[in-house]
Amino acid sequence: MNWGAFYAVISGVNRHSTGIGRVWLSVIFIFRILVLVVAAESVWGDEKSGFTCNTQQPGCNSVCYDQFFPISHIRLWALQLILVSTPALLVAMHVAHRRHIDKKILRKSGRSSPKELERIKTQKFQISGALWWTYMLSIIFRILFELAFLYIFYLIYPGFRMVRLVKCDSYPCPNTVDCFVSRPTEKTIFTVFMLAVSGLCVLLNLAEVLYLIGRACQRCIRSPEEGAKGAWISQRFSTYKQNEINQLIADHSLKSKLSVTKKSPTEKDERCSAF
Amino acid sequence: MSWPILYAQLVGANRHSTSLGKVWLSVLFIFRVMVLVVAAESVWGDEQSDFTCNTLQPGCENVCYDQFFPVSHIRLWCLQLLFVSTPPLLVTMYVAYRNQSDRKRLLEGSGRSSFLSNKCQEEDLNTLKRRRLPIAGALWWTYAFSLLFRLLFEGGFMYALYVVYDGFHMPRLVQCDQWPCPNLVDCFISRPTEKTIFTVFMATISSICMVLNMAELSYLVAKAVTR
Repeated sequence: MNWGAFYAVISGVNRHSTGIGRVWLSVIFIFRILVLVVAAESVWGDEKSGFTCNTQQPGCNSVCYDQFFPISHIRLWALQLILVSTPALLVAMHVAHRRHIDKKILRKSGRSSPKELERIKTQKFQISGALWWTYMLSIIFRILFELAFLYIFYLIYPGFRMVRLVKCDSYPCPNTVDCFVSRPTEKTIFTVFMLAVSGLCVLLNLAEVLYLIGRACQRCIRSPEEGAKGAWISQRFSTYKQNEINQLIADHSLKSKLSVTKKSPTEKDERCSAF
Repeated sequence: MSWPILYAQLVGANRHSTSLGKVWLSVLFIFRVMVLVVAAESVWGDEQSDFTCNTLQPGCENVCYDQFFPVSHIRLWCLQLLFVSTPPLLVTMYVAYRNQSDRKRLLEGSGRSSFLSNKCQEEDLNTLKRRRLPIAGALWWTYAFSLLFRLLFEGGFMYALYVVYDGFHMPRLVQCDQWPCPNLVDCFISRPTEKTIFTVFMATISSICMVLNMAELSYLVAKAVTR
């Protein structure tokens, strides 16, 4: 399981996203995951081996590194990307659930041909009703996770600049020693870049929220009798009612078949006589 | 054998899972396998090379490392994930066994009644392959057992990790006096805070998975009782 497999899983949700959602997904994969894997990981690759303290005291390097870098930027970004991308799976689960219900209804109404089932598999759902709420919730979670990680970054590394020199006096360092961080300028550049793209993603998500709300309002204004939520429910209700009628007809025809069994040989004779 | 192969096997078993089972599989692969491969392995990458003891005595570092880290966290988690992923394969095996016996019965039945055409037989065999069995009867018991095993393995490995490392916290400094260390020496662990963060994260996700498994088991029991 790596970023490639993760991309395959998340991009499956793309079919049911809005245009802004697809842009967001592309930004995530190109400007964040790809940059992380291709560039940032090599910048932070020697973060510990290149961290040097002005002392020969064994253990001082490790302890000072641990004090100033409780969790590496790379790991924080990896966790952020994983957590920010997973709310999209809520939408995938909702779509799968809808398809499952549609298949059930189709089977009960006796129209379960492979063609119909295939149509359900490839059907694209409109973002309305319960799906609208699921989608909205997934975007809100995305925004919350992004902001939470930005705040965590701010707490652990106040200021986005990576300093060249840190002073450390934890045991077993004999006194206050100077410790030098490896590649501080390059790390600053990448930190600023990743934070800027993170901010852009938050803006895209906010724009998507506004777009969805706007669309829902537009739909409400056009058809006030049937709210977006009611449309799907009323459609399902009418389908269920139709199923009940179909069931009654099926039961009735079965009963009539069982009561009059002699009809079938006569019919056969009639068919034969047609030849 | 790598993680994508395991994923392919489990996705096959997923067809006969409940919705909670599908959520569990996603949580397993996204929050555990992926985090392990993408993040945790690089944190523990230099665990032995950067384990430093305050001595020049050759062999002291090796011996002290071995005393405090009998099994690395990464290896324990890999084993845990493998053990926890295999009970769903019991379900796959049972479904395969059922399909085979049903196929045999179908072929025997068609052999006796000669008017069944080859095309009808092929169609029936195809539906047999693609059908989704309801979780009832022997399949219910197989599924329930697989859930129980999953719970046992999760709990067992979490307990093992807790016992071996005396909790989920990684200290900065350990003191060691194994031979050939000349006396009590200070040994420093690399990236202890980052390791603690990831250990707590993995333990939390493991507990979430256990809760999902318990919920699934209760759901199955409730379904059986209502039936």
